[in-house]
Amino acid sequence: MTAHDGLTKGWTRDQMAARAAQELRDAYYVNLGIGIPTLVANHVPEGMTVTLQSENGMLGIGPFPYDDEVDPDLINAGKQTISELPHSAYFDSAASFAMIRGGHIDLTVLGAMEVAENGDIANWMIPGKMIKGMGGAMDLVAGVKKIIVVMEHVSKDGSPKFIPACTLPFTGRNVVDMIITDLAVFQRPDHASPFRLLECAPGVTLDEVKAKTTAAFVHV
Amino acid sequence: MKKLYPDAITALEGALRNDMLIACGGFGLCGIPERLLDAVRDSGVTGLTFASNNAGIDNEGIGKLLRTRQVKKMISSYVGENKEFERQYFSGELEVEFCPQGTLAERMRAGGAGIPGFYTKTGVGTLVAEGKEVKSFNGEDYILERGIFADLSLVKAWRADTTGNVVFRKTARNFNQPAATCGKVCVVEVEEIVPAGTLDPDSIHLHGVYVQRMIVGAPYDKKIEFRTVREREAA
Repeated sequence: MTAHDGLTKGWTRDQMAARAAQELRDAYYVNLGIGIPTLVANHVPEGMTVTLQSENGMLGIGPFPYDDEVDPDLINAGKQTISELPHSAYFDSAASFAMIRGGHIDLTVLGAMEVAENGDIANWMIPGKMIKGMGGAMDLVAGVKKIIVVMEHVSKDGSPKFIPACTLPFTGRNVVDMIITDLAVFQRPDHASPFRLLECAPGVTLDEVKAKTTAAFVHV
Repeated sequence: MKKLYPDAITALEGALRNDMLIACGGFGLCGIPERLLDAVRDSGVTGLTFASNNAGIDNEGIGKLLRTRQVKKMISSYVGENKEFERQYFSGELEVEFCPQGTLAERMRAGGAGIPGFYTKTGVGTLVAEGKEVKSFNGEDYILERGIFADLSLVKAWRADTTGNVVFRKTARNFNQPAATCGKVCVVEVEEIVPAGTLDPDSIHLHGVYVQRMIVGAPYDKKIEFRTVREREAA
């Protein structure tokens, strides 16, 4: 991990991914979203077997291929070229989402534009501006056993992203279990409980987290 | 039984008309039926609705038919990386029904299995649920989603035998399998046709009963959207 120079408080993108990787358990089947969540794959603890699911139809995602082994028929959900592992298996999109919607995936790590204090999440649309679509995100938050959001604590203009209620169209309602930002980690034991501040990133104080969070949360 | 046609235009003869619903395979540019989409474009049919996970990118895949204004509506989960799509959407020329990816795959699978509707937790309490029946099972809410019954299925596969048993390759299978099952007519383009008896009967991904017409589309120059590689460690 890189040293903190006092100016760059909090976790880098890679450190946020490493923190999320601490939530992995041996034998987990895991779906990683696009962006920071993809980096979680680089931090699987040694000796632990975690199988990554790609929603476009693969169990057992391997690393990026060597230049002379790139295969256009072998990509991840972010449409990046990948490689296969000895235990990899392929299937169609309906089978892939039967795994996801049927509750067979243990953990998913997703990005978000907003998370509300009641566990609502918004990450697929900005009305009038961005029309990319939800992809598999709505299925993942509806079906996966544990939902971790990894996101910057505030947006580019400095406004909080962990807020009392989502202002953007929902991806799912009351679904998020854990939030990892560059400043802090929040968790709740069940979907009826409030989020609790679990830890602050190095050099970050409770006061700073409070100042940059409008959502209600419990802390010691 | 003769399912093999000499080319895409011949294979689509009598199967195309204006304002039809087409189910199309592919994820991004991986496993898209390029030859068949080119033939649909060249036929000049218009007012098309596509059930397809993506809408291609600028001038690739369904993106080619957006450029020629042959598409009226997309039923898709993700349409990023496509400027012409955005332009037509914001100008009101193109209608979009956003459908969660798993719901879209299941709607195709359901249509192909003769199932007109099913309940799912995906999308409950979101824009996707608007106007849809909500039903509670064991204390949890689910929304009613409709099976897709398409007029035509367009599919890309790896190998097929002469009777239409089909095998896909790696992640190019994606939506091709469910899309193949939900159309009144299914046309498959493959890289290679092999004699019956060549494919392992225990390892068929799409069965001949679903496939009406086939073409060999090879040679393919498969496009990659994001080429990502790692360095070899020095020996």
